[in-house]
Amino acid sequence: MTTLSLLAVFSPFVACLMVGFGALYTRRRLAVAVTIAGMVAATVASYVLFLQQFTAPIETTMPLLQWFHVGDFTLNWALRLDTLSIVMFCVVNTVSLMVHVYSVGYMHHPEELPRFMSYLSLFTFAMLMLVSADNLVQLFFGWEGVGLASYLLIGFWFQRDSANKAAIKAFVVNRVGDVGFALGICFVFAFFGTVQFSEIFAQVETLDGAKTTFLGIEWAVADVMAMLLFIGAMGKSAQLGLHTWLPDAMEGPTPVSALIHAATMVTAGVFMVCRLSPLFEQADVARDIITYIGAATALFAATAALVQNDIKRVIAYSTCSQLGYMFMAAGLSFYSVSIFHLTTHAFFKALLFLSAGSVIHALQDEQDMRKMGGLRSMIPLTYFMMWVGSLALAGFPPFAGFYSKDAIIEAGYVVSNLPGTVGFYTGIFVAFLTALYSWRLIYMTFHGDVRASEKVFSHVNDAPLVMIIPLMVLAFGAVLSGVLLADYFIGESSHAFFGSSLFVAAERADLLERIHHVPKWVKWSPVVASALGLIIAYMLYARKTTMPQRIATQFRPIYLFFLNKWYFDELYDAVFVKPMKQFAKWIWQVFDTKIVDEGIPGTSSKTVALASRLSVYIQTGKLYHYAFAMVGGVLLLVFLLLQ
Amino acid sequence: MDWPILSLLIGFPLVGGLLLMVLPSNEDRLIKISTLWISSVNLLLGAWMWWRFDTSNPGLQFVERMPWIPNTPIEYSVGVDGISLFFILLACVLTPICVLASWNSIKEKWKSFGVAFLLLEASMIGTFSVQDSILFYLFFEAVLIPMFMIIGIWGGKNRVYAAYKFFLYTLIGSVLMLIAIIVMWQVAGTTDIQKLQNFEFDENLQIWLWLGFFASFAVKTPMWPVHTWLPDAHVQAPTAGSVILAGVLLKMGGYGFIRFSLPMLPEASEFFTPLIYALSAIAVVYGSFCALAQDDFKKLVAYSSVAHMGFVTIGLFGGNTEAVTGAVYQMISHGVVSAALFLCVGAIYDRRHTRQINEIDSLGKVMPRYARYLVFFSLASIGLPGTSGFIGEFLVLIGVWKSSPLFAILIASGMVLGAVYMLYLVQRVVFKTANNAELANRRPITDLSLREIAYFVPLIWVTLWMGIFPSTFSKPVEQSIASEQIIAKQITAEQITAPEQITAPEQITAPEQITAPPAPSLQLTTTE
Repeated sequence: MTTLSLLAVFSPFVACLMVGFGALYTRRRLAVAVTIAGMVAATVASYVLFLQQFTAPIETTMPLLQWFHVGDFTLNWALRLDTLSIVMFCVVNTVSLMVHVYSVGYMHHPEELPRFMSYLSLFTFAMLMLVSADNLVQLFFGWEGVGLASYLLIGFWFQRDSANKAAIKAFVVNRVGDVGFALGICFVFAFFGTVQFSEIFAQVETLDGAKTTFLGIEWAVADVMAMLLFIGAMGKSAQLGLHTWLPDAMEGPTPVSALIHAATMVTAGVFMVCRLSPLFEQADVARDIITYIGAATALFAATAALVQNDIKRVIAYSTCSQLGYMFMAAGLSFYSVSIFHLTTHAFFKALLFLSAGSVIHALQDEQDMRKMGGLRSMIPLTYFMMWVGSLALAGFPPFAGFYSKDAIIEAGYVVSNLPGTVGFYTGIFVAFLTALYSWRLIYMTFHGDVRASEKVFSHVNDAPLVMIIPLMVLAFGAVLSGVLLADYFIGESSHAFFGSSLFVAAERADLLERIHHVPKWVKWSPVVASALGLIIAYMLYARKTTMPQRIATQFRPIYLFFLNKWYFDELYDAVFVKPMKQFAKWIWQVFDTKIVDEGIPGTSSKTVALASRLSVYIQTGKLYHYAFAMVGGVLLLVFLLLQ
Repeated sequence: MDWPILSLLIGFPLVGGLLLMVLPSNEDRLIKISTLWISSVNLLLGAWMWWRFDTSNPGLQFVERMPWIPNTPIEYSVGVDGISLFFILLACVLTPICVLASWNSIKEKWKSFGVAFLLLEASMIGTFSVQDSILFYLFFEAVLIPMFMIIGIWGGKNRVYAAYKFFLYTLIGSVLMLIAIIVMWQVAGTTDIQKLQNFEFDENLQIWLWLGFFASFAVKTPMWPVHTWLPDAHVQAPTAGSVILAGVLLKMGGYGFIRFSLPMLPEASEFFTPLIYALSAIAVVYGSFCALAQDDFKKLVAYSSVAHMGFVTIGLFGGNTEAVTGAVYQMISHGVVSAALFLCVGAIYDRRHTRQINEIDSLGKVMPRYARYLVFFSLASIGLPGTSGFIGEFLVLIGVWKSSPLFAILIASGMVLGAVYMLYLVQRVVFKTANNAELANRRPITDLSLREIAYFVPLIWVTLWMGIFPSTFSKPVEQSIASEQIIAKQITAEQITAPEQITAPEQITAPEQITAPPAPSLQLTTTE
């Protein structure tokens, strides 16, 4: 078990070091072989561990090394192994392996490959460190490591200015979230005296009724703590407010988008909330807020996805929206449902992204759907994969999304308070929108007239085998992961399967059971909504293709509002970015130079000017004498005083 | 018999520097090699001291005592504990690096330069190892002379102005410190630092003494608003001067706080804690914004130092082990990382003869190795976990949160702003790429030479080592802090672990107290 877990976590890292810093940097084939071998080892090890969880489940912490110990603050490098982390190992490693393989076919310039592959492995390793952490600070290590790797990968084509800007935006927006997370860790430590998960969970009861005063207002400790940590999750998981980096992250190569969206980055926030479920269970207000933010994000992102023209952006907003679903589930205390949707989503979202990559690859880097169309017969395999992915995303039975998304919507129904109701109706409505934008994408890309230029179109070919195989594997997961895992994740075996890695307070413990006994109409309403979405998409984009244009003209303000993603970027630019730049200029040029430098130390600045004017007479060599004279004077003063 | 290792560490570069004077000034190569040898041997001596240093002993080690001035309590006494150990090592490591960095970039008067550097090394090590307050003052001041020369002789266009500004600011502060030291001697009848730490000064007197020390250490650190000499000094100083200035000299202020203000004047330190908190938080935010506005590579790094030093001062007065250890750790880390960043500035200045950020670009393409190093040190400066920058910042944050969550939030904003200005810099100089035709027109520049790699690589290893196995460094520091009553006595009562006590820490720095101290200084600025 020790060897297996070390393999599962560290083999990508070893591969990354060998390729990134070793002699392999210039040897392309070997570099590819090493990184893929590292991923294969990690993936196999994770599945062995995963299968063991069914027969002889483990729940243990494996200390590796002491990290630091200062005052009351003790930290180890350790691996926490339980069902939650092992499930995450499988998700992360599977998707990452597929992305590694796919990239070999996707990246045009072979000389870029070693750097690219080593970054991908680094990304994977950071995520594995994050999910296997046994304390908050190691989690934070992985958390920031993921941020770093995404920064490097989004800005991979650094000659492009837009890629650079997107990379910085991703890192900085994430940093804003990270600061919230770091402060949350501080609060946890100040309160519990430890950052170790097991020790925190042992004393969460003390949170009950605890209050703290901040800025003269009394707050419930549990809620403040949970909200600070959740701000971190909002950054990583691109929830409304801190989501602006995610669509721009499309500047990276498409395999990176698949990795970010499916497994290694945006899921971190959801994972963290689930990992800390004992703590979040104490924070009732914070959980309600999480549900609302999740619902708002799901709705916002779906509306933005409806009108985007960039194929990757549509899928990017779709991720954002699905993450909203996951947080809705977590906010309603359905952590296992949240993890279930995370798992199924990883498969079908990676599938969708890599299929989109295949389209882009076939069209020589064209991403605008208005210049696509009619590709159905040219790239049939990709077309098929896109259908599988979309069916899973929209939640048609028996595809994976059906099981996980339905469970979230049913959860909303079961929880009868306001957040539950909001979650329930938003869930159904967003399911409708999801189907609508998914098939809009399919019809615009694959059906109708050919809109690509003659030159591009004549070169269209389906992807090579090295890109198709990963698609097939992922399609397999997108179809089957739901039906195979449903019983263990959200069914009767759920409690036994997850053991103590997920925690639900006693008064809500029976909720999971109740989602299996909801009325028929609740069970089928999301499917009906999705079917409706599909039909409308068919009507609008396959039959009456002039309609969308007319609708857009008719409701122009709403269309523009959605197209510009609710104007978040413009708002932030006006409220934060521009004033900050101006403030920086002002504080330096006016305040620092004019006021502080010349004002505060009295006349000293002028004295300096005077002294230096005097020294014009003194040649540089003689500065010696002057300096010695000055210090000599001071020494004289000392000895005079000593007398 | 034990070797007088500290005297050797101070004496060797001193004697070496004097010997260098007799060499003929036209023998540049011989002088360079001798300087490098002397500083390298001193580095080995430092390493040997570290090897022999007993990490389980929190007290002073390698103590040497000798009567010095008759009829006074002034002694020549040196010793090293867990706090000073790493500052001495920092001086030992950075001096040979500076010699290497100046190899070709200092074109004239190499002899004087070598002498100045060796004297500087001796006085820096002296400052961190002496155990007598008068002697401390002498070494503290002695550092100024070679530094003044280095800026004034080998600096840029405005070197004379910058040198005087540096000299006058620090000198004025130091005079007040000298008065405080003499008053302490008169009152306590001793100049021994250890004895002074155990002496209990009258509370009213403490206030005045504290202000005397504060004047000196605040300028040296530098704290807002007396930081303005720093950007000027950095921009004008040659690369080696900036490296030493940022790497070691700035730490003398923090070291002074931890040796004098905190243990000798605990009541006054507690009284002034809100002031320090306010000035530090301002420094973090203000320094970061100033860094954001810079078009000059070197000035940007200089202002980032102001922001990082804000973390140090707030941590020193944080009142718990985590914060104080974090502050010292941050000083060591900043000594390595900012020194490396100044070396990066120097490397590019040697090639392009400019520090204007908008005149430098495409480095990712033309100097890939340099680009990787610059990105690495920028990330360390941002405080990415796994690098040294994270440990210090995070410990300070944890410690400050314990005493005042509000201030923790304020200084945490520095983490975001730091990422903004560093990444913005990296984007402009490394990633922004000119087109091929334009690149072909430029004078070609070479990637890092072996000499440069030789000093960057060890710094990278130290940065990672400090980030991944911080215990090597934090353990001696923490032990000495624990044994020296640096953390004020009342702290034990304040420790918050139980929920019902959680409101207690905020009382120290309740908002109304916090905003009060900076007000007079702000008024001062507006009236003038």
